[in-house]
Amino acid sequence: MRLYFTLKMALNALRHNVMRAALTTLGIIIGVAAVITMMEIGKGASLAIQRAMASIGANTVVVLPGSTNIAGVATGSGSKVTLTPQDADAILKECPSIDWVAPVVRARVQVVYNNQNWVPAYVYGTTPRFLDIRDWTEMQEGEAFTEHDVLNSSKVCIIGQTVVKELFGGESPVGKHVRIRNVDFRVIGVLKRKGANLMGLDQDDILLAPWTTLKYRVVASTLSGGNQSSANSANTAETSTLSMIYPYLQQNLYYTQTTMEQLDAAPPIRFTNVDQILTSAHSGDIVSSAIQDVGALLRQRHRLRDSDPDDFYVRDMTELTKTMASTSELMTKLLLSVAMISLLVGGIGIMNIMLVSVTERTREIGLRMAVGAEPNDILRQFLAEAVVLCLLGGTIGILLGRGSSYVISLVLRWPTAISIEAIVAAVLVSATVGIAFGFYPAYKASKLDPIEALRYE
Amino acid sequence: MGFIELYDISKIYHLGEVDLPVLKGISLQVARGELLALMGASGSGKSTLMNILGCLDRPTSGEYLFDGRAISGYTAKERARLRNRMIGFVFQSFNLLARMTAFENVLMPLMYCRDRLSEREMELRTTELLEKVGLADRHHHRPSQLSGGEQQRVAIARSLINRPQVLFADEPTGNLDSRTSEEILALFQQLNQTDGITLIMVTHDPGVAEHAQRTIRIKDGLIESDTAFLSAGAPL
Repeated sequence: MRLYFTLKMALNALRHNVMRAALTTLGIIIGVAAVITMMEIGKGASLAIQRAMASIGANTVVVLPGSTNIAGVATGSGSKVTLTPQDADAILKECPSIDWVAPVVRARVQVVYNNQNWVPAYVYGTTPRFLDIRDWTEMQEGEAFTEHDVLNSSKVCIIGQTVVKELFGGESPVGKHVRIRNVDFRVIGVLKRKGANLMGLDQDDILLAPWTTLKYRVVASTLSGGNQSSANSANTAETSTLSMIYPYLQQNLYYTQTTMEQLDAAPPIRFTNVDQILTSAHSGDIVSSAIQDVGALLRQRHRLRDSDPDDFYVRDMTELTKTMASTSELMTKLLLSVAMISLLVGGIGIMNIMLVSVTERTREIGLRMAVGAEPNDILRQFLAEAVVLCLLGGTIGILLGRGSSYVISLVLRWPTAISIEAIVAAVLVSATVGIAFGFYPAYKASKLDPIEALRYE
Repeated sequence: MGFIELYDISKIYHLGEVDLPVLKGISLQVARGELLALMGASGSGKSTLMNILGCLDRPTSGEYLFDGRAISGYTAKERARLRNRMIGFVFQSFNLLARMTAFENVLMPLMYCRDRLSEREMELRTTELLEKVGLADRHHHRPSQLSGGEQQRVAIARSLINRPQVLFADEPTGNLDSRTSEEILALFQQLNQTDGITLIMVTHDPGVAEHAQRTIRIKDGLIESDTAFLSAGAPL
C-alpha cells in the first residue's frame, strides 16, 4: 500500500477517537517534554558550571620555557631562556583557539611601604590581559594598569588583599607609593579577594605590575648581563617593540663589546625573555586543540627541527577540565535517564492501547484482509498509527518542554539553554518508541486469520 | 476448462486431539458467468467450502484451480493479492466499517490495489459504482445512517470496486426483509447477466436459490446434489 494511504488511514483512525488518542499520547507528551526540559536545564546548569570553572582558570593554558640539560644534569622547567614577548604576540595573532595571552615575568622581591615590608608570594610582571585570563577584572578599589603602562613601563602596580593587609593595615593603598628594590611604584588598584587556590595557596598575596617595568627596572639588573648588553648586535627586527619602550638603548649607555669580545661570547640568541606565557582558550572543550596550536606555532617560531625536542612546555588545567567535563556529563546523564523512564512508561501506554485497538478492530482487520490487504499492509497500518501517535506526542512534547524550561528559567531563575540535540533525540526516541511498542500489536494484527477475524464478535 | 475447478478438496480441522473433517472430498467445476447457489444445513460445510473457494482459507488436501492457477500452494500474501484483484465478497452482516462514510467504504479495497490508480480515478470509480447500486445521493452517510438494504448495496459496490471476475455472497439476504431481499437478488442477477460476473451465493433459503441457474446442495462435507448434473463431477 502506498505510504500516503497508510498515513491517511492512520490519521483517520486516530481522528475517530480523538479523546483516546490524546490520552494515549499523553504519556509520550510528558516523556518528551520531560526529556527536553531536563536536557535544557542540564545544559544550562553545565554552562553555569563551565563559567564557574572558567573563572578559576579551567580554560587556561600555560606555556613554560623548557629545561636545560647540561652534561646530563637537568635543571627543571623554566631554566632555559626560550620564551619571548614576541612569542606571546604571535600566539594571540595566529592561534584562533586562544582568546587572551599574557606574558608573565616572575620575581621574588621585597616590597616596602614606609616602615612595613612584605614579600608577596607572587610578584608578577604582566599585561592587563592577565586579569581577563584569571577572570579577575573586578577591582576592589582603583583600577588596573593598561597596555599603555606596559608600553611605557610605567612604575605602577596593583596589589591583592593580603598585601594590602600586610603593608597598609587599615589604610587605602590607592595612590600610595611602595618600593621594590628601590624602585618606586605607585599603587593604582586593589584586586578583589579571590581566596586560596585549589592547592591551598593564597591567591591574594600578589602584586601585579607591567612586565616591562618589572623586567627592565627591577629584575633585569640582577640577571647576568650577557643578553641585555649585547642588545645592539642582536638583530634589530626583534627589538622593534622594545626600542619603542627603551629608545635610550640606542644611546650606548652601557659598555659596548668589542668585536673580539663579541666573537668570544656565545652568540646572543634572544633579546629578552619572559618566564611564562599565560593564555586562555576560547572554551573548555577546545583546550586540547589550543595546546596543539600553540605547540606547533612555538616550534615553528623557535625553528626547531622535527628531531628536536620542544624547548618549552605547554600545560593545561587537566584536573579542572576533567572535573568540569565529568560533572556536567554526569548531571546531564542523570537527568536524561530520569526522563527516559517516563518515555518508556509512555511507550508502554501506547502498546497497551494499540493492543486494545487491535482486539477491538478484529472484524475490521478480517474485512480488510478479505478484500485483499496483505499481512504487511495490516502491519504497516497499525505501525503507522502508533508512530503517528508518538510523533504527534513528540511534537507537542517538544513545544511543552521548551515552554516549561522557559517558564522555569523565568520563575526559578535557573539557567537553561536550548538544546538541539535534545530535540533531535526526542523526535528519534518517540519514533523509536512508536515502532518498538507499536510493533507487537501490529504484528499480532497482521497474523490474524481472516476467517476467524471476520467471525469475531 | 472451467473457470473454477476443485478436485477432491478436503478440509480437516484439528480440535485438540480430535480431527474434525468438514469437507470430505469435493470436486466441482464452475464455468465463467454462472450464477450458482450453494445450499446446505448449518454445519454441512458450505461456509468452509466458500472460504476455500474465496481463497480465504486453504484446503487440507486436494487441488484448486482458479482461472487455471493452482491456488492450493499460494502463500497468504499471494492469496491476498488474488482476492484483491479477482474476487469480491458480500457478507450476511454487511461488514461495513462504521466510522467511514459509504463512499470511503466502497473505495477502501482500492487502497490495497497495486495498480497505482490516481486518486481522481479511484473517486470516479467509486462514484460510478454507488450510482450503479442506486446510492448516488448517499455518498457521505455512515452505515448507521443507512437502512439494511442500503448497507448491503454499499457492500456490493465495495465488492465490485476492483472489477472482480467472481463474487461470493455469504447469505447476502440473511439480515434483510423479503422485499429488500428481492431487490438485492435482482441486483445480483443484473450483475451476472449484464456484466458477466460469476456469482456464487451461499444460502439456506430455497427462495434465494431459485434465482440461481444452478444449485449445489452440500451435506456432511460432500456434494449431495447438483442441478447441473452434466458438469458435476462429484462422486456420490
